[in-house]
Amino acid sequence: MWLRVFSMTGAAMLMGSCSEGVLDPHGPVGKAERIILYDATAIMLAVVIPVIVLTLVFAWWFRARNSRARYRPDWEFSGRIEMIIWSIPALVILFLGGIAWTGSHDLDPPVPLQESAAPLDIEVISFDWQWLFIYPHEGIASLNRLVVPAGVPLRFRLTSTTVMNSFFVPQLGSQIYAMPNMVTRLNLEADQPGTFEGLSAQFSGDGFSDMRFDLVSMVPEAFQDWVSTTKAQGGVLDTSTVAELVKPAKAEGSQTYAQVSAGLFDSISSGHKTAVSPQRGQ
Amino acid sequence: MLGRLSWAAIPFDVPVVMIAAGSVGFLIFCVLALVTVKGWWPYLWREWITSVDHKRIGVMYIFLALLMLVRGFSDAMLMRSQLALAAGHAQGYLPPEHYDQIFSAHGTIMIFFVAMPFVIGLMNFVLPLQLGVRDVAFPVLNSIGFWLSAAGVLLVNVSLVVGEFARTGWLAYPPLSEVAYSPGVGVDYYLWSLQISGLGTLLSGINLTTTILKLRAPGMGYRQMPIFCWTALASNLLIVAAFPILTATFAMLLLDRYCGFHFFTNDLGGNPMMYINLIWSWGHPEVYILILPAFGVFSEVVATFSGKPLFGRRSMVMATLVICMLSFVVWLHHFFTMGAGANVNAFFGVMTMIIAVPTGVKVFNWLFTLYGGRIRFTVPVYWALGFMVTFVIGGMTGVLMAIPPADFVLHNSLFLIAHFHNVAIGGVVFGVMAGISYWFPKAFGFTLNERLGKAVFWCWFVGFYLAFMPLYVLGLMGATRRMQHYSNMHWRPLMLVALAGALLILLGIVLTGVQLAVSIRRRALNRDVTGDPWNGRTLEWSIPSPPPVWNFSHLPQVGRADWFWTMKQQRGTAQDRNINQTYETIHVPRNTPTGFFLAFFAVLLGFSLIWRIWWGAGLGLLGAIVVCLIQAWRTDGEIEVPAEKVAAFERLHGLKESAV
Amino acid sequence: MSAAEQALGIPDAVPLSLRGPAPTRVVAGYGFWLFLLSDIIIFAALFAAYAVLSGGTAGGPTAADLFDKKHVLIETACLLASSVTCGFGSLAVQNGDRTSTYFWMAITFILGVSFLSLEVSEFSHMLSMGAGPSRSAFLSAFFTLVGTHGLHVTMGLCWLVVMLLQVATLGFQPMVSRRFFCFGLFWHALDIVWIGVFTIVYLGAHL
Repeated sequence: MWLRVFSMTGAAMLMGSCSEGVLDPHGPVGKAERIILYDATAIMLAVVIPVIVLTLVFAWWFRARNSRARYRPDWEFSGRIEMIIWSIPALVILFLGGIAWTGSHDLDPPVPLQESAAPLDIEVISFDWQWLFIYPHEGIASLNRLVVPAGVPLRFRLTSTTVMNSFFVPQLGSQIYAMPNMVTRLNLEADQPGTFEGLSAQFSGDGFSDMRFDLVSMVPEAFQDWVSTTKAQGGVLDTSTVAELVKPAKAEGSQTYAQVSAGLFDSISSGHKTAVSPQRGQ
Repeated sequence: MLGRLSWAAIPFDVPVVMIAAGSVGFLIFCVLALVTVKGWWPYLWREWITSVDHKRIGVMYIFLALLMLVRGFSDAMLMRSQLALAAGHAQGYLPPEHYDQIFSAHGTIMIFFVAMPFVIGLMNFVLPLQLGVRDVAFPVLNSIGFWLSAAGVLLVNVSLVVGEFARTGWLAYPPLSEVAYSPGVGVDYYLWSLQISGLGTLLSGINLTTTILKLRAPGMGYRQMPIFCWTALASNLLIVAAFPILTATFAMLLLDRYCGFHFFTNDLGGNPMMYINLIWSWGHPEVYILILPAFGVFSEVVATFSGKPLFGRRSMVMATLVICMLSFVVWLHHFFTMGAGANVNAFFGVMTMIIAVPTGVKVFNWLFTLYGGRIRFTVPVYWALGFMVTFVIGGMTGVLMAIPPADFVLHNSLFLIAHFHNVAIGGVVFGVMAGISYWFPKAFGFTLNERLGKAVFWCWFVGFYLAFMPLYVLGLMGATRRMQHYSNMHWRPLMLVALAGALLILLGIVLTGVQLAVSIRRRALNRDVTGDPWNGRTLEWSIPSPPPVWNFSHLPQVGRADWFWTMKQQRGTAQDRNINQTYETIHVPRNTPTGFFLAFFAVLLGFSLIWRIWWGAGLGLLGAIVVCLIQAWRTDGEIEVPAEKVAAFERLHGLKESAV
Repeated sequence: MSAAEQALGIPDAVPLSLRGPAPTRVVAGYGFWLFLLSDIIIFAALFAAYAVLSGGTAGGPTAADLFDKKHVLIETACLLASSVTCGFGSLAVQNGDRTSTYFWMAITFILGVSFLSLEVSEFSHMLSMGAGPSRSAFLSAFFTLVGTHGLHVTMGLCWLVVMLLQVATLGFQPMVSRRFFCFGLFWHALDIVWIGVFTIVYLGAHL
């Protein structure tokens, strides 16, 4: 009975993880990373499972009361076995090291993706505790909601006005830190339309758990419509809006801005005083 | 007058804290009252508090660690129950301001005040006994090191009631840990308690390294030294090399917070990324400081209870030293996602994987030690087998995250949490539990109850899997760490399973207490009369349990590795001891209250600095200096044990043995 | 083979690692060496911080603006000379010569104090110019690195006073001469660190 309970729980867990999150990617970056996860795990299981089995088998067979097992009280060295036990981990690591090397280069966050369409530039700024997304070429911005066209490479530049955060959309792939006074870069793409959860993966204080956003990917035509609608709706993002956003507050809903001051991201990421977060109270 | 300290520092409006503090306070009062009424103070002062005997100090370290395990685990229970409740729109019962302190305290306590004291305590107790000598290199320094760790423990626990703890996570990354974002005293409590206990740890590292390298029985060269001593050597070398980095880094953060410096601030040129590099340059060797002695315990346990020497001894030693050195060139794998670039990430990823090679070699060597053995399934063997099965899973997920692109989707997720608990519990905790049950009879003269010991093991083993396998899955589902609540209801069942696992581990901890009580009550039935309850291989089993203060009445002349085993083969049994030998006067270090008083002033200094009570800090510093000066002028540092007393002890022990 | 071991009649042929527990003098020195190595690692971390932050002047004064080569040269001369006199003092301790010990160690003390007062005057000058440690990351790193060294020198000087008092009250017993040996190691190690500071901080500024 227990075996059934455990195996059903295990199966449920596995299936659960396969239908959302990292194992259910919706973009080329996430898909490449999933392949790496599966391949590396499979290679290692080929060693780990036999080791676990052998441990239990040896322990059982050589138990003191088993008179059939041959007791070798002085057997403590075998050159052949030494060679094998150094080689097996070494070979596995050699292989995985290759994956690590090529994977690190192919999937390095600033590396641009294959250009299936003209890439879209997005500037990301983390606050306490919200995410601001600026579309520099479209001249609009969005708070706590990231709308993007599907099938288009997204080129992110990220910074923070406060402490370190980490921009992460599990179903699209890689995360990257957003840090004050500097710019990090990330490239992602959403294959198809859909809504994907985004979060900060680096603890940043009391409002951290609510620092979530939705990444909504639409067909390119729908995205253009959204851009036009946003421009028509009003809202201005300038230094005074930023000064308001910089005050510590938990994320509550999303908002858009039809106008964005030029060079706002660059001035924030180079550490201008207006963007420095005031002291947090107790 | 009292700096920033006022009645407002005590959180009268937070019931959880007040109840916890009240209960603990009451418990402490009861214990102190009991000790007073029974008149145990002179005994405690003479035999334990002022002791410079490595065996006593080792036991005190482990006792301290067990106490703090209860505290750290309570934090874990709070976290698990909060996450079981706070799904969807529910907020649970712990608001972020408290939850953030709880997970920060949990990590800090478990690493610094549970794992470190456990490991240092074991090494302290065992090393001189295995090396065949009378004490560590610097017995007074040993006492000072212990009491400074205890001072750190006191400060951390005071923060629960007076003020607050850090809300930054256990490594306190800036800018979050800078004054601008953490203006309260929490981070200061964190920094000062760790600076004080860190000094204690460093002193311990110097002490034990010197002991292993310069104090061994005649004939015990490096090739004859037990494998636990090798892993302890590697661990202590790492302490000496890595802890200063922690001290320097925390000093820089303290200067930022107290004196307005700009090491890691957001403005005027500060560089938070540098803190992350520095702290992990310490942090990675730290985890090897913890795991290497655990590996050593397993080597001893597997060999002893298989009735064979450790397989591939030389390559085990080689593997240990390789791990020791490589642990310094992998630190960046803790922050692949900070954006160092492909070449840097790839280099550190590959180096991290390379460390897995000697670790894998060790697992195979243990496997082949079992092969051809005659294995007795004692409690230490349960822990060892549990470790072998569990640790390889943790190692696998570690190597997985060593691949930078894999880490890009797993960094800071619950998958990471599951990985490091996998290796910390499966490796360090299991190793310490094995070590405690293995060496307990040597320390106290009777064995622990086997049945309860096995029950404790199963609670921890099953509890661990229930508590952490769901976390691997949750991490893959996109759950990040340090969440106070979450909206995805799919995650809740897994959180509930994790809570069940935690409850099972709680049962294991409770049963440990029960096991101790029962074993003490029934100690007459479980006496270790021969000093060698396990048919051991190394020198600690050649002396009585518990050993006399001077350990060895004669320093053994060692011929080869596992010398006690050879001695037994040559002489027949452990009991065939020649009790008519001649004995000499033995010099034994005298007790001193220096360590205790230094710790007292360290607490005064730390607490005063935290609350900006400058006269208190001055007083603490002055007091510490005075204590040191008094110790410096001490000329009667040794007691002479006359030869007749040694002879009488040996005769008595011989009589007890032959009476069995 | 040391005199102690010769006295014990241990043959040359037995390797050091097999001779049993080392004599107290060896153990004390070894332990202190380890402590010194750990101290040097603290300095290594501070050097690393200085290297990373040396460009972080935040529009304030740079190294080239602040450091006076002549001043530093005199400081260095004082400290290095004090190592020489400390060496003579150590010889005096070994010989059990009280007067020479007091004499050479007193000069060591004076040279150490001179070093410190020169350093303090440099610091206070910088503070008065508004180039204090809270002005920029570069200055934070500078004051911490050089200041930590100065703090070690201060503690060394206090230790020296205590040691001289110990000689006066306890004479040259083994415990006291062991401690003088450790003091000598400490004092020379501070010299080595200073050479690092001098090279990287002061000479490095003018490159």
